[in-house]
Amino acid sequence: MDCNCKKLRDDIAAGRIKSAEAVEAVFDTIEKNDSKIGSYISTFKEQAIANSKQLDEKISTGKSAGILAGTPIAIKDNMCTTFGATSCASKMLENFHAPYNATVVEKLISAGAIIIGKTNMDEFAMGSSTENSALLKTVNPWNTQCVPGGSSGGSAAAVAAGMCSAALGSDTGGSIRQPASFCGVVGLKPTYGRVSRFGLVAFGSSLDQIGPITQNVTDAALMMNVIAGHDPADSTSVDEKTAPVCDCLEKIDEPIGNLKIAVVPQFNTGADGDVQKAINEAIEVYKKMGAEIVEIDMPHLEYSVAVYYIVATAEASGNLARYDGVHYGHRAEDIENYIDVYCKSRAAGFGKEVKRRIMLGTYALSSGYYDAYYLKALKVRNLIRGDFLRAFEKCDCVLIPTCPTTAFKFGEKMDDPLKMYLSDVYTIAANLAGVPAISIPCGFDGNDLPIGLQLMAPAFGEDKLLRIARMFESKTDWHKRRPPII
Amino acid sequence: MENLEYKIIVGLEIHVQLLTKSKMFCSCAISFGERANSRVCPVCVGMPGSLPVMNKKAVELSALAGMALNCKIAKFTKWDRKSYYYPDLPKNYQISQYDLPLAAAGFIEIPLENGQTKTIRITRAHLEEDAGKNLHTTGNFSQVDLNRAGTPLLEIVTEPDLSSAAEVRSLAVELQRIVRYLGVSEADMQKGHMRFEPNVNLHITKDGKEYKTPIAEIKNLNSFRAIERSVDYEVQRQLDEFSRTGITMETGNKTTRGWDDDAGKTVLQREKEEANDYRYFPDPDLVPVEFTDSWLAEIRAGLCEMPIKRQLRFVNEYDLSDYDAGVLTAERTTADFFEEAVKSGGQSKRVCNLLTQVGLKMANEANCSAAELGITAENLAKLAKMADGGQISATAAKTIMEKMTQTADEPKVIAEQLNLIQKNDTAELEVIVEKILAENAKAVEDVKSGGKKSKAAKGFLLGQVMQKTKGRANPKVVAEILERKL
Ligand SMILES: [Zn+2]
Repeated sequence: MDCNCKKLRDDIAAGRIKSAEAVEAVFDTIEKNDSKIGSYISTFKEQAIANSKQLDEKISTGKSAGILAGTPIAIKDNMCTTFGATSCASKMLENFHAPYNATVVEKLISAGAIIIGKTNMDEFAMGSSTENSALLKTVNPWNTQCVPGGSSGGSAAAVAAGMCSAALGSDTGGSIRQPASFCGVVGLKPTYGRVSRFGLVAFGSSLDQIGPITQNVTDAALMMNVIAGHDPADSTSVDEKTAPVCDCLEKIDEPIGNLKIAVVPQFNTGADGDVQKAINEAIEVYKKMGAEIVEIDMPHLEYSVAVYYIVATAEASGNLARYDGVHYGHRAEDIENYIDVYCKSRAAGFGKEVKRRIMLGTYALSSGYYDAYYLKALKVRNLIRGDFLRAFEKCDCVLIPTCPTTAFKFGEKMDDPLKMYLSDVYTIAANLAGVPAISIPCGFDGNDLPIGLQLMAPAFGEDKLLRIARMFESKTDWHKRRPPII
Repeated sequence: MENLEYKIIVGLEIHVQLLTKSKMFCSCAISFGERANSRVCPVCVGMPGSLPVMNKKAVELSALAGMALNCKIAKFTKWDRKSYYYPDLPKNYQISQYDLPLAAAGFIEIPLENGQTKTIRITRAHLEEDAGKNLHTTGNFSQVDLNRAGTPLLEIVTEPDLSSAAEVRSLAVELQRIVRYLGVSEADMQKGHMRFEPNVNLHITKDGKEYKTPIAEIKNLNSFRAIERSVDYEVQRQLDEFSRTGITMETGNKTTRGWDDDAGKTVLQREKEEANDYRYFPDPDLVPVEFTDSWLAEIRAGLCEMPIKRQLRFVNEYDLSDYDAGVLTAERTTADFFEEAVKSGGQSKRVCNLLTQVGLKMANEANCSAAELGITAENLAKLAKMADGGQISATAAKTIMEKMTQTADEPKVIAEQLNLIQKNDTAELEVIVEKILAENAKAVEDVKSGGKKSKAAKGFLLGQVMQKTKGRANPKVVAEILERKL
């Protein structure tokens, strides 16, 4: 069964397929393949089937079933749900059961989505390979020797392996786009403030954004129509007056005339040969469609990684302070006093990378260092924003690779955090600037591993960005290729 | 102990709980004395994934207080996270304001014992959320009650301009009067709505040289008596310590002391000011606050004449004693009620007496304000006029006023019902006087004989007339007739 979201939804809504059948079929695939892939930390088979049957009944009586009508959807395990745990793939929150649903989860449910499970990730979304999960190992469906990318590795692998129709991920520095690129699927990081963060367990609050991971661009547009919008519970979500939510699906197949695409030469040349080649071919595809390609300079983007690892870790050091064994999280035994509870619980509950980032962030905010690190990082962040504003005066979107490489092997970068951090070099800037960015499949390397093309657009230009992505997709077949495992 | 010449230097930090319906960043109701942890939600317990949403009312009340304290209100202010680990702090950071406080650089005028006023500079006033409470009631563990967590607090910091315990107390009383006037806080000391922390030290002159004693901060005082006593105690303690040790102020030797009310002593809590690094940084979950001119104007409309000015005006305009003016202006509604009654024609001193001697006593018993007793200002004015015109006695006025809280009848109607209208009819009274004189020849003789007995005899005759009229004769008129006849 082809489980892509839009088609399945149309079939279900029209009564050609029952939601319960679709959900059961997806669970068959999960049962067959997920022991090899490791996408899901938890699944909700009984609840999902019960919900889909209810939905089928609703449809059979002619009632509207919502725009996701009975489609099986996965969500990353850092979004709160009243069902199951919200573990963030951490020993700390392994047993945390939220008393409320994240706003996006509520939106999915009211759109008729069937939430089938929660996916693996790097602990607290910190990582680029999902190797930092304290609970589960996820492999790349294209090559099980390789990582699926991260931190939303479970979501990307599940979509690639047909173990859901679509998934939600969260993206702080590339955590949607990089695994989408590694797994050969579509991943969209919306504009900061477009999607509510309420119920998303925070990593870097000024960077975090929830977005869809899907089999194709149209599905990403459909998912955006469900999750975008102002939320009074999230002060940083943008109100409709400032930036009205547009229908991303309405004109998705209409090409944009007089399209101007900017390329940043210094970025392309930094990537692997195969990646460079695929990107150059993608540029040719756009040219053939009549797009004008302009070369631009974004001089401050090279500082992205440095700025990111100060801003994100500083915010994380505050956000993760509450996991102390007193308020939340794992509580150590054999303790003397409350300081002891803090020290021992945090020592045992957090993994290595999370501790490293808390240390980094704490250091950057410490008195005497604040100005030199955090304050300076904020200033450079503004310069990066400026680079984007200037770029968008000259173009509709910026085109660069999603990643400098394709999926790497397990363990390859685990001993060298800096090398791991640098794999996010192309994705981080969009988070710092708050602009929307999408990764779409644009080819394969010599080892048959997928390559991702990244497009970035002005803030709140998701509708246009998706159309530009769709233009490429409509002329290519990369997104139709499925990993050999299924 | 040697006689030292010294100056007392005190600065104050004051926490004022704002009079809002809900907490600072969530919709939980503000409560007092409720069952532990019954007034909490995911936001104020810092649950993973929850986000704060600013209470606009709290910001407005703070700005209003800032205006009343003659502060500059920041056009642009923001929220900062203050990090420290403590069980009563759910997120392990407090949302506060660091480098851009909502209000700064103001002053407050306080009354002195000699009838003058003194200006105390206000350094800053900022808004923050309160913490919960640690309970150490049972067993070998502690509990935390988070009902108070997230309650909006205005922290006001003064310059060290106070130079006696009496001045510190006066500022506390005056500030309570101001925040109550503005409806900024209930300022109920017993409920902890105002908490004071004086920073005390001495400048001692000895052998022509000035020595500064180490600063002691006295924590968490919540009664006027404790404020005055603790500062007095601290002054003596520091004098004594200086005489014994000669220790003077230097970096790092500020101490923190608690107040033991039973023992009447301050007690050392922390020997040295800990090198606390709160790692302040802007809270990325909240957007900055920008005060537009129109919003500020709207808030400014809530200002009113400050109590200290009003008290002075009452003395001058209504010819009241400073004491009475102070009593009437202690609460804004009482002062308003008084002025309305005077405007309606009541003579100011008479209205003042009725209010202070009868009204406030009844209000106190009924646990409401004098304006809420159910008496209209017009009727109070009418009552005052009747008493002034001699239609009723002063005692009768009190009886009528008590009755007025139970009925909407005009005072004249009540007086008639209760037979309290005085007999002012000279002709009628003359007949009665003549009759009494005829019946009491001995007394008449005593009066005429002059000397000691005369005064007593006059009183006796007056008493006889009053008895005959059942107390309703106007004693002034009777005395006049007696004087004439004898
Ligand atoms: Zn609450």
